[in-house]
Amino acid sequence: MGTLLRLIAMRLGLGLITLLIVSILIFFAVELLPGDLAEAVLGQGATDETVAAMREQLGLDRPAPIRYFEWLGGAVTGDFGQSLVTGERVSSAISQRFANTLFLASYAAIIAVPLAIVLGVIVALLRNTVFDRVANVLTLTSISSPEFFLGYILILFLSVRWQVFPSNASLSGGMNLDDLLYRTFLPALTLVLVVTAHMMRMTRAAIINLLASPYIEMARLKGVPPWKRIVHHALPNAWAPIINVVALNLAYLVTGVVLVEVVFVYPGIGQLLVDAVAKRDFPIVQACCLIFAATFILLNLAADVGSILTNPRLRHPK
Amino acid sequence: MAKLIKPHTGGLTRRRFMSTTAATGAAAALGASVWGGRAQAQQKRGGTLRVAKGHGQTTDTLNPGTYENGYMLALSYGIHGFLTGVGRDGSIEPELAESWEASPDAKTWRFKLRSGVTFHSGKTLTAEDVVASINFHRGEDSTSAAKPLLSSIIDISADGDTVVFTLDAGSADFPFTFTDYHLAILPVKDGEVDWRSGDGCGPYKLVNFQPGVSTSFARNTDDWNQNRGWFDEVEMLAIVDLNARTTALISGDVHAIDKLDLKTVGLMERNQNLSIRSVAGNQHYTFAMSCNKDPFTDVNVRLALKHAINREELVEKILFGYGSVGNDHPIGRGQRFYNDEMPQTTYDPDKARHYLKKAGMDGLSVEVAAADAAFPGAVDAAVLYQNAAKEAGIDMKVARKPNDGYWSDVWMKHPFSAVYWGGRAVEDAMFTTAYRSGAAWNDTFWENERFDELLVKARAELDEAKRREMYYEMQLIVNQDGGAVIPMFANYVFATNEDLVTGDTFSSHWDMDGERWMERWSFA
Repeated sequence: MGTLLRLIAMRLGLGLITLLIVSILIFFAVELLPGDLAEAVLGQGATDETVAAMREQLGLDRPAPIRYFEWLGGAVTGDFGQSLVTGERVSSAISQRFANTLFLASYAAIIAVPLAIVLGVIVALLRNTVFDRVANVLTLTSISSPEFFLGYILILFLSVRWQVFPSNASLSGGMNLDDLLYRTFLPALTLVLVVTAHMMRMTRAAIINLLASPYIEMARLKGVPPWKRIVHHALPNAWAPIINVVALNLAYLVTGVVLVEVVFVYPGIGQLLVDAVAKRDFPIVQACCLIFAATFILLNLAADVGSILTNPRLRHPK
Repeated sequence: MAKLIKPHTGGLTRRRFMSTTAATGAAAALGASVWGGRAQAQQKRGGTLRVAKGHGQTTDTLNPGTYENGYMLALSYGIHGFLTGVGRDGSIEPELAESWEASPDAKTWRFKLRSGVTFHSGKTLTAEDVVASINFHRGEDSTSAAKPLLSSIIDISADGDTVVFTLDAGSADFPFTFTDYHLAILPVKDGEVDWRSGDGCGPYKLVNFQPGVSTSFARNTDDWNQNRGWFDEVEMLAIVDLNARTTALISGDVHAIDKLDLKTVGLMERNQNLSIRSVAGNQHYTFAMSCNKDPFTDVNVRLALKHAINREELVEKILFGYGSVGNDHPIGRGQRFYNDEMPQTTYDPDKARHYLKKAGMDGLSVEVAAADAAFPGAVDAAVLYQNAAKEAGIDMKVARKPNDGYWSDVWMKHPFSAVYWGGRAVEDAMFTTAYRSGAAWNDTFWENERFDELLVKARAELDEAKRREMYYEMQLIVNQDGGAVIPMFANYVFATNEDLVTGDTFSSHWDMDGERWMERWSFA
């Protein structure tokens, strides 16, 4: 167990260095974009005079490295600054949006992960039958279509034609959980369709791979029924690749949902990031990107820890 | 009401009715007398209105100096009071200012405030609030987008319940200035105007403002004007995605949407529950040539380019018929001093060649910059322009620019670029903003002595006939000499469902009934 803790500590340390590098990249990427915050905020209404006044008020007339280190100084003490456009604290601007994104991601994950793994086991069991083929074709079709297209198809049938679910997932205060789940069902379903195929096929491939092993043949000769061979004997050894794919897809659910948010008008963090980039609102862009980077780092770490825990050989390295 | 019109006119749908009559300038008079009155009678209180707007960003703030999109415009008119307003017929109406008077030279203006008006917080409106609210947009450190509008004001002072403005030169249309959506009257708290709380003296109270998502409003029951603000509650959503917005209306989630997809309006018209509203306004799309850069310094080159564009084709293919051709000046057909005696500049390749020859050129090679940020379909419009200009021996290259940063990096930097101009309620505002020599937004860098002279004179002239003459001449000068190719005026196209009573005439200076829908519309 000691080695495991040491591994976690080391990976977290490396993660912090990654975040630092990400923050530098983001800062200078935003600097490289044409136009600055003052020009972007004032838009067509900008005059030289008002742009100069706004730059001075926000301190944008100072050199870029100085502004970066000022931001960094605040960030290490947990102060991510305030939005340059609205003056709102970054933490309060982001927290509600991020909570919304996490909610939608969890909603989709709770449906998608069990569905994908169960389907994966079933198609492994019934491999090369009609069921296997149909499941594969359907999931591959849904993963091959862009999310917004899937979204529009679902809207066309489920909200315009049959009017079962609302197309507009915008949240308002005072909704209870039932309303919330109902309102956000279509975006969650879209995400489920997008991520299921990857996880299901990995489960299927990992299990089928193992079915050729001698110990599975042994189990078969002993007379163990097929479903038990897969669930008890093959699956425990197949977890490592499955966990990796699940972690990757969970990260995608948090970071890759901008299009789904736009199509369903869902107030998540993706739209916030897009608006902030358009306005060159650096503190918000930085905070969003760091959250995304941290999500990837943590989920990857979780995947590695998960595969170590499920594999005794990795737990006791020589 | 669509059903009233349709059976008897055989194919003349309301949309065509509106766009054709508005184009001839008759809609205002006709609509008001025939249907406007009846619609008024049906208005009743109550209900929760849900509207989806194609604008709104997470970076929007309640600071009136930063309002820049239709979402914030509607919000501003919903919660705030203004000194004056524009009526549906385009005339000026008293609001927080009960009356006003000008000195004979139109340099000093006295606005008498309505008594007994209160803010939502209960505070009584005073002249000091008005002075501070207007000063918020003036002065060195102001970052307000409305700053240039107020540049002619030298001094503002409060005199009892009257606010006195002193200008550097006479301005007959000065009361129109205060109809601008930036110039909301805010309460003064601790010596400063308070915009953060969202307090105002408009028909609705701000309940919850989530930038870029939604805003909820509740009726201000103590409003000074009990003849507006019919809904109990209003929910305004920001749905920028065109498909999501259209679906929200069709699936019944919202009662009205703006900025329809012109390509699919035809399909929406088949839906009996929806009314498609097309309002001819003053918004226009231009191609701005920098008159201080070659080859556009030569007026003959400018005239050649003005004759090398096929205006009818653009109205047909870019606006899908929801608009009208422009005549290279920014004054709309519905405006008071629109010059209807002037010949229309037409697509005429021979004439274009003639002007090029006059400029001493055999052919011309120019690059036009466009992005859909300039106006929807701008890139396509530039390509059509390119094709039409080929006939006239003009080799035009279309440079497609990114939407992001278009206004800071392309507009007024590139010598020939596509531009969008919103309507201005009065001629003077439009000319002063974008055509006066040296104006901050003079995007053609055009300078014309006679025009500048007339602009100042016409502004101070109180005699209607003389003003008309001057504005006519100014339109002619811009048409003949100016640097803007103005091929088309775009209608505002929005849709409402059958639950709403809106009347059939709409304000035309902004989208959705001048963005005053919140106070004017009601449930049937």
